[in-house]
Amino acid sequence: MSGFTRRDVFRLGAAGVVAGTVGAPGLASAQEQKWAPEKGAKLRVLRWTKFVPGDQTGFEENTKKFTEATGVPVELEYQSWEDIRPKAAVAANVGSGPDIIFGWYDDAHQYPDKLVDVTDVADYLGKKYEGWVPAAKAYGTRKNRWICLPFGASGQCLAYRKSYLEQAGFKEFPKNFDDYLKMAQALKKANHPIGFALGHAVGDGSGWTHQLIWSFGGKMVDENNKVAINSPETIKALEYVKELAANFVPGTASWLDPHNNKAFLSDLVSVTNNGISIWVAAKNDKNPMTDDIFHAPYPVGPIGKPTELHLLTSAMIFKYSKYPKAAKAYMAFMFEDPQYTKWQAASIGYFTHTLNYYDKNPIWTSDPKITPYRDTMKRMLPNGYAGTMGYASAAVMADYILLDMVAEAALGSASPKDAAANAERKARRYYG
Amino acid sequence: MSAREAAARVRPDVIPEPSLVARLLNSRNFLGFIFMLPLAILLLVFLTYPLGLGVWLAMTNQRIGGEGFFIGLANFEFLVRDDVFRLSVFNTVLYTVIASVFKFGLGLWLALVLNERVPFKALIRAVVLLPWIIPTVLSAIAFWWIYDSQFSIISWSLVKLGLIDEYIDFLGRPNWARASVIIANIWRGIPFVAISLLAGLQTISPTLYEAAVLDGASPWQKFRYVTFPQLTPIIAVVMTFSVIFTFTDFQLIYVLTRGGPVNSTHLMATLAFQRAIPGGSLGEGAAIASAMIPILAAAILISFFGLQKRKWQSE
Repeated sequence: MSGFTRRDVFRLGAAGVVAGTVGAPGLASAQEQKWAPEKGAKLRVLRWTKFVPGDQTGFEENTKKFTEATGVPVELEYQSWEDIRPKAAVAANVGSGPDIIFGWYDDAHQYPDKLVDVTDVADYLGKKYEGWVPAAKAYGTRKNRWICLPFGASGQCLAYRKSYLEQAGFKEFPKNFDDYLKMAQALKKANHPIGFALGHAVGDGSGWTHQLIWSFGGKMVDENNKVAINSPETIKALEYVKELAANFVPGTASWLDPHNNKAFLSDLVSVTNNGISIWVAAKNDKNPMTDDIFHAPYPVGPIGKPTELHLLTSAMIFKYSKYPKAAKAYMAFMFEDPQYTKWQAASIGYFTHTLNYYDKNPIWTSDPKITPYRDTMKRMLPNGYAGTMGYASAAVMADYILLDMVAEAALGSASPKDAAANAERKARRYYG
Repeated sequence: MSAREAAARVRPDVIPEPSLVARLLNSRNFLGFIFMLPLAILLLVFLTYPLGLGVWLAMTNQRIGGEGFFIGLANFEFLVRDDVFRLSVFNTVLYTVIASVFKFGLGLWLALVLNERVPFKALIRAVVLLPWIIPTVLSAIAFWWIYDSQFSIISWSLVKLGLIDEYIDFLGRPNWARASVIIANIWRGIPFVAISLLAGLQTISPTLYEAAVLDGASPWQKFRYVTFPQLTPIIAVVMTFSVIFTFTDFQLIYVLTRGGPVNSTHLMATLAFQRAIPGGSLGEGAAIASAMIPILAAAILISFFGLQKRKWQSE
């Protein structure tokens, strides 16, 4: 509830005030004026199937409110998040499909020409809600125009068992990689090993491996999109991984996304990377370990700043949509307070916001265990760092090139040097 | 002519020249064509067109959500130099050969056993079909648990029996992972082979066995000189299908490993999907899928002609 932004909006002109009195309650005035839905508009929206139950109900309630306020019916469709990527691509290709699709990662950068320019919505929201988080801006813009609206990230933190860490002599979760390795060794000795996915786990596997390589200064490509993965920094990171992985619970080579959740909840690992869902699941099941589960951000590596990768979803409005104004009005509405606040609270911190204003959402301080997830977007680097997003960054990610490189080094099937060289060769096929 | 017309007028019972439609409807060739037309259209629309489109896409640089242009065989040249693709070809051939040999051996054995007089024959035969009937995704999830690195029932049992100290990392080490997925595939494929061969066994005339017994044939000789030769046409068909199913397997790998660890269980089908859909390189994915066609065709020709040879010679 920032007074400044409210005033700022009203300064936009009398039109806003008039609309405020005429418009239905809950619908922000300026936005209704700006993107008055077309006559007879109706919207089809494709989004992900929920990860946590509250997410879907909160989203649906907000959508219903939009329909009540504007009379625009909105049909929500759900797909497993991994299936949305091909669907959205096909929609872009054939020029028909849902008006709005919530894509993932760098989807929008694969077909920017097929998307409605949403710079006006982004500017409006940015001005009103204390600006966009830098990573959101990186995902949302291309050549200074906004092509999609980054909606929220399913942020990852490290879930850990406090009592086991204390047993191993760690009062606090380590903040740098030296202490982190010592913690891993001590936990292994105490028979409570850590565990991270080394199999083709799309979300969890990519998450921790990118964080680690980036935090040592390794990167797939440089600023000019030249492949730069075979670097001393990467090799140093891989040598570190080798030492770290020696303390993993056996069997992480075959882990896919659900494995670490299962292992953590079965008391087989003491630390793993995940969204908030492990703790939520434990809480819902009244698992006795619930009170012992805590969350911490990833340790910061030698380069001295956070380098995390999180699963970000962005709303794309397609040019084939017959009702782009209604679609913009809908998206603006979903981003506005109190809708966004309520949705975020309903999903118990599963999604981190892309607009700074929502740092103030009470959900983040309602439980100290949720707080670490508040800033995941701020600690994030975009896909394809340090190059640009597009076809190559998506292809390299889909081919698990970085993840496989880490797995090779961790499992000892290749030396760190060879693993880096292998990754370089594979990445060159896409970046040229 | 006029005399005939006159005759027809005079004698109404004379059959007039049949109309074109009537003649067509009486033509075997035309009727045959008409009756085959719906099937031909079905084949064209649902088989030839997608196959042709796939091959065409394989020769373009089509990306999902982008434009594609004809690039000839560039995709294939690109793939030949790709380690992951070569590894997937190796995995696919290994997977198909080993799984097919075991499916054939165990399936034939099971068919022979089921062909004997066993109690509850019908029930047992129905049960045997189960692995084949349940959806692959379901059985794959069952194997997912069986092979789990932390919760595997096999590891658990062996540890409890005191035979091993550590859980087996079924899907975490390349060769273990390959063996594990092959076993899961064999388990799923045996019923198809067994039941089909059982059907074949039951068509063999008992008189042949009587004759063999009169000639003093041993059980092995009965199998070698009566059963097996009589069964070869069925074996050819069954194994052709079995090889096709195995070679194009996707679901099992996708659920169990997604091609990991480090691509050691990637099959051509799973790699094609990974490159085409999540990776967005539709052309390259289509090229991988198209590369399966010649290998498949060769496998089919070998099993078909190789196994049917005996039958031709005897005729």
